[in-house]
Amino acid sequence: MPTPIGLAHLQRMRAAGAQVVEVLPAAEYRWAHIPGALNIPLKQLDGASTAQLDRTRDVVVYCHDAL
Amino acid sequence: MSPRAACRLETLHFEHVYEYVSGKADWMASGLAVEGDAVDEPHAIDLARHDVTTCGLDETIADVRRRVDASPYGFAFVTSADGVLLGRLRKASLEGDQTLTAAAAMEPGPSTTRPDIPPAELLGKLHKADLTTAVLTNPEGKLLGLVRRSDLEDS
Repeated sequence: MPTPIGLAHLQRMRAAGAQVVEVLPAAEYRWAHIPGALNIPLKQLDGASTAQLDRTRDVVVYCHDAL
Repeated sequence: MSPRAACRLETLHFEHVYEYVSGKADWMASGLAVEGDAVDEPHAIDLARHDVTTCGLDETIADVRRRVDASPYGFAFVTSADGVLLGRLRKASLEGDQTLTAAAAMEPGPSTTRPDIPPAELLGKLHKADLTTAVLTNPEGKLLGLVRRSDLEDS
């Protein structure tokens, strides 16, 4: 099961080099995203689009909010 | 959306998947920097003043007043050890019983505003409520700063 985290945990993970991925559509990513985050929209999340990520390292995904 | 994305990554054999549940809205509401077109949009946090006096619950009014007198403001905010806003000490309280603690004299739970609100929207709210200042906190309640209506009008 994926592990839910909050802001403080995210900041520690970013500092430790975690991969951060915004899964919102590209237009929303272009408007604003967490510095350094990659964009892989949910609808495009597959083996090909995630090939740029390291499967053995921590990955944090986020969207706009909890709703 | 992100719970489904996190589960999808696990089905793609990612070993360590985390979900930042509160998402971009939480990040921005915390006043943290973003990349993207929104960088050019002004936010209330850009106009925030950070020199207002703060104190702990156990400090005496006498001690707090000395610091307030040396500041540009006539009031102080009471915060927890980790910066969560607990209350406000108004001028009348600071001029009252000097032996009281901040906890006893403070007005608890002052109204706050998120730091990523556009300045024009915040100015409208202050006008509507006939207020001269807005207090900015992040989603965890930590004090980020103070915005004066005059600063919004001048921006």
